[in-house]
Amino acid sequence: MTDDPTFPRIRSAGTDGLLVSFGERLSEPANRAALAFRAAVDRAGWAGVEETSTSLVSTYLRFDPLGPGADSIRPQLETLLAEKTWTDADLPQGRRFFRIPTVYGTDRAPQLAEAAEVAGLSVEQAIDSISNARVRVTTIGFAPGQPYLGELPEVWDIPRQSALTPTVPMGALVVAIRQLVLFSVTTPTGWRHIGQTAFRLFRPDSDTPFVLRPGDEAQFIPTAPDQLANMDTDPDGGATSEVIR
Amino acid sequence: MSTLTVLSIGPGVTVQDMGRSGTLAYGLSRGGAMDRLALAEGAALLGQSADLAVLEMAGMGGRFEAGRDLRIALTGATMRATIDGAKLAWGASHLLPRGAILDIGPVTAGAYGYLHVGGGIDLPQILGARSTHLAAGLGKVLATGDQLPLGTDTGGDTGLHLPQSDRFNGGTIRVVPSLQTDLFPQDQRDRFTATRFSRDTRANRMGVRLASEGEGFSVSGGLSVVSELIVPGDIQVTGDGAPFVLMAESQTTGGYPRIGTVLPCDLPRVAQAPAGATLDFRFVTMDEALEAERRFRAEIKALPTQIKPLVRNPHDIRDLLSYQLISGVTTGYDPEGDMT
Repeated sequence: MTDDPTFPRIRSAGTDGLLVSFGERLSEPANRAALAFRAAVDRAGWAGVEETSTSLVSTYLRFDPLGPGADSIRPQLETLLAEKTWTDADLPQGRRFFRIPTVYGTDRAPQLAEAAEVAGLSVEQAIDSISNARVRVTTIGFAPGQPYLGELPEVWDIPRQSALTPTVPMGALVVAIRQLVLFSVTTPTGWRHIGQTAFRLFRPDSDTPFVLRPGDEAQFIPTAPDQLANMDTDPDGGATSEVIR
Repeated sequence: MSTLTVLSIGPGVTVQDMGRSGTLAYGLSRGGAMDRLALAEGAALLGQSADLAVLEMAGMGGRFEAGRDLRIALTGATMRATIDGAKLAWGASHLLPRGAILDIGPVTAGAYGYLHVGGGIDLPQILGARSTHLAAGLGKVLATGDQLPLGTDTGGDTGLHLPQSDRFNGGTIRVVPSLQTDLFPQDQRDRFTATRFSRDTRANRMGVRLASEGEGFSVSGGLSVVSELIVPGDIQVTGDGAPFVLMAESQTTGGYPRIGTVLPCDLPRVAQAPAGATLDFRFVTMDEALEAERRFRAEIKALPTQIKPLVRNPHDIRDLLSYQLISGVTTGYDPEGDMT
């Protein structure tokens, strides 16, 4: 993380929100800052704030624009930002490590070869690189319970596709810009579909509808297609987890 | 428990309300009705809360039968509607007698019509709301044979009319700069506001694609910007250069750059633009945006004062009176406006 004087930066997001960003690109310090700053905003409980969340490097606040809006919330944000160096903040408590069975390539994940080629790797090298990476949930977003995971080795700094893939199925593992996303729903995407899991991230009827949390870690273990099919009835898709100590 | 039975149904009818708050951090967008103004109009017509759940009908309605005498209101995109063959005014409240058939056909203007019922559709809440969120797999499109539970109606008049604010033919949409507007070179932004777009046929509850003649829009490095928060109304430009207005069920984060954000009060106009309708965009300042929001809320607050008794032509009245003699229902269609 460079000491870019333009961060942290407060910008408006639409007419009813403010976004506090801690970096131009994804970095671990900026991600930790966003998570810790949101927790501090929630603790502060300012009048008018209706909802908060984090993205990869930013904390977001939504408010009634005609209530105590940006004019009253922005100075409070500036004061809170000045209290400490947020990029030095710790990761959240109670983090877990998930090992998630994954089919790489085949007709279950048809863009592995294409992604490997864009990254300048053979298919075998690509599988080896991704499946040995222990990645961290940097944010939950896009779709319910859906994690962005990073950071992958530099070789995976590949762009999104120019056109959207019309649909990838629930449980799809996709890659772009040194990150993985594990899809919680069937959806269109601009990221390349390289792996397939049977892990359910969003369980609306359960007591814990959203399984993963920012700070959790994961590794995607290579698995044969017929084995994954056997896991389709298990919401965890054969995944195991342990608490990180 | 009394219910509304679905006898037949169009392909895109869902239960909607104002959507969810507090789930953004979990990747679940607000969702809710595409045209929130229509919710307010229906609530004003029935004299009840705008938070109650309604049916949102994309392009086509369905046939319904109620298990009790039921107050209904019809708002949003105009659709052909009858009760037991008698034509119904849109933008109005009516009495749907128990056992009568409400038939709502295709839209004649706009995109999303709304059927409101006295007491609301009383489905259990999931994660704080009753609205179906198709993109998240919460709820589902309605199917023939569905029985929708009806909430308790506090009662009130029917046979009332509320002029619908005109938002069904596209038009000029006001936007504020988005987080990434600056990534677009000035000439692209100028071209964006100078272009007359037409609403593409590719549109759903997640977003509305805008088609235009001429070249698309892009930023340098646009496929590698950091994924960032999305708010409803953001206009995303994907790799093919076509702008996409992100709507109620949009994703919560995304990496494609956004050229602007539609004012919340202008989103109903985007939602209701039928395929082929012309849309163009104009940047406004934050102060202008807040003033527009203030006016919009004042108009919503004033909706009850706009309500007038329905004026009917004699042909319709004769049909309805003869119906009432048979059913014994004596309220709701008095042409003189005495609705007691």
